[in-house]
Amino acid sequence: MDFNHNRIRQLFDRKKENILNIYFTAGFPRLDDTGDIITALGDAGVDLVEIGMPYSDPLADGPTIQQSGQVALRNGMTLPLLFEQIAAVRAKTDLPLILMGYFNQVMQYGETAFFEKCAEIGIDGLIIPDLPLVEYKSSYRDTIESLGLGFSFLITPQTSTERIRMVDELSRGFIYMVSNAAITGAKADITRLQIDYFDRIKGMRLSNPRLIGFGISSFKTFSTACEYANGAIIGSAFIKALESSNGQLSDTVAGFVAGIKNEHGEQQTQSVEPLKN
Amino acid sequence: MEIAVDERGYYGEFGGAFIPEMLYPNVEELKRRYLSIMEEPDFQRRFRQLLRDYVGRPSPLYLAERLSNHYGATIYLKREDLNHTGAHKINNTIGQILLAQKLGKTRIIAETGAGQHGVATATVCALMGLQCIVYMGAVDIQRQAPNVARMRMLGAEVRPATSGSQTLKDATNEAIRDWINHPEETHYIIGSVVGPHPYPDMVARFQSVISEEMKWQLLEHTGNSDPDLVIACVGGGSNAAGAFYHYLNTPAVRLVAVEAAGKGIHSGHSAATSVLGTKGVIHGSRTLLMQTDDGQIIEPYSISAGLDYPGIGPMHAHLIKTGRAEAVSITDEEALNAAFSLTRTEGIIPALETAHALAALDKLSFKKTDIMVVCLSGRGDKDLAAYIEYLDSHGL
Ligand SMILES: Cc1ncc(COP(=O)(O)O)c(C=O)c1O
Repeated sequence: MDFNHNRIRQLFDRKKENILNIYFTAGFPRLDDTGDIITALGDAGVDLVEIGMPYSDPLADGPTIQQSGQVALRNGMTLPLLFEQIAAVRAKTDLPLILMGYFNQVMQYGETAFFEKCAEIGIDGLIIPDLPLVEYKSSYRDTIESLGLGFSFLITPQTSTERIRMVDELSRGFIYMVSNAAITGAKADITRLQIDYFDRIKGMRLSNPRLIGFGISSFKTFSTACEYANGAIIGSAFIKALESSNGQLSDTVAGFVAGIKNEHGEQQTQSVEPLKN
Repeated sequence: MEIAVDERGYYGEFGGAFIPEMLYPNVEELKRRYLSIMEEPDFQRRFRQLLRDYVGRPSPLYLAERLSNHYGATIYLKREDLNHTGAHKINNTIGQILLAQKLGKTRIIAETGAGQHGVATATVCALMGLQCIVYMGAVDIQRQAPNVARMRMLGAEVRPATSGSQTLKDATNEAIRDWINHPEETHYIIGSVVGPHPYPDMVARFQSVISEEMKWQLLEHTGNSDPDLVIACVGGGSNAAGAFYHYLNTPAVRLVAVEAAGKGIHSGHSAATSVLGTKGVIHGSRTLLMQTDDGQIIEPYSISAGLDYPGIGPMHAHLIKTGRAEAVSITDEEALNAAFSLTRTEGIIPALETAHALAALDKLSFKKTDIMVVCLSGRGDKDLAAYIEYLDSHGL
């Protein structure tokens, strides 16, 4: 399938800045929340949604995402169930949807079967942080690209220029800029050193758009990230908000997103009107 | 059959480096430099000297006569338990600490199960004056308390891993996360032949001194450097890798890898990866691991903290899948019996891990004329609590 029809591509064709990508772990806080969370995120004006496949041993994730994954697995989340949930919500939304998980899950499902299933149910892109560039290139790129799926590789402040060029060549959709040498988890502020790194990458004029993730948690960090990239990805901070949602999913989601998108949108208020897409 | 790792880091279909980008620069630097550093004359000289003067190598190859009589064959014990700190683990930590210094690293992290690797790492850090942080499952901190005390006395910080089954797998996860968070100044001393390439090959090379010595020691003892069987326990598989290393390409030497069957292979409380495992990725390498149909890693179980791991090193996965090595699974009870049997026939208290290798003698078929070497990977001081409980409950 032609990548021009891919929803991630179309989004970035249409919108170049302030892109908000929200991550959540499927099956958390409750097994059947997946569809409602995605719908609420769409209603709140989020641009992209990254759905985490809960994993027993998520090496790149901090305590918040680890724990949400444990809860999701205890709730009974599995890949076949998640695929059903996504297929159902895909009928109702045109939001670009990205699936994030670890390579062992993909291997166990069967790599080709997994990629085909993703394409079939309307997933637009994949993030598999422990699938290395070389393995991707030699074994999976052709299948993934022929299915019209996007694939985002990560870069960090330590990634060499040469390697960033390779990431740019192999990624389709956007490049995931890890903000800091760290696992996932909300941090307070963006440092001078990080800004230098954001600036350096910006100056490389890469062909893919860039989203900054890891440690983006607030209006302030989101706006800073947006100055240096096309947008940002928020995970742990959103999961913390869901943790205290007490079943009021759509209010929590709307409040959280409003708090990220504008300075005075209060994250905690339950009365914020959902922003329409 | 080719057994050495290829340049992509694979043993056949197993191995590789499935790591997040955050670890790439560190692992890549290691991959680029480990062989050339290990070949430097200065490195070799210091490594060999420390193994001799500090560790106490060569470790004896002991003809266990009473044990031999009991089984009706010739059994040698490769006495890694007599090394400084009481296990084979220090062969690897001496090598890796010298390597870390060459790489200019100032902060050392490690995971540990039984605590032997943690102690061996804390020891070399004390020796070199480097900061040391050891991740250990909260369950293992309880069951291997003497080693926790030793690490603390050596100046290491022991950090509990509280996720999952709170054992070796989880300690390894935490160590990897620490490395992601501190990529520049930190070297991660992995304690077994697991992890992303080049770790399995690097650790196997450091441990290969075991079979290097076995060859000349056997020649002295028997006139032949090759035994008929080499038997070793496998958690990740480092003592086995070391004991097998120089026999890998000698098919006449049977290689026996002994795993922990816990309460029984199919009891749901086991760590018998070669039987229960399927292909997957754990801790950065493609290997055999215990997992659900949905690709979630299964929490393993063994009385032995050092064997309580849901995977095996990629080299062993390859050796077992290709038939070069035989796998034997031993239950908790069988291991405990073997520990008492060795103690009372030879006056040697083995580690619980090692007791699994000894118990395999009851399961294997061999000829009267066979010469066998069991890798006595460690001593049992750390396991006295479990042994005393067994004594009391069995009226011994
Ligand atoms: C004495 C002893 N033997 C064996 C092992 C298992 O490790 P490996 O399979 O890497 O030799 C351990 C691990 O803690 C140990 O302490």
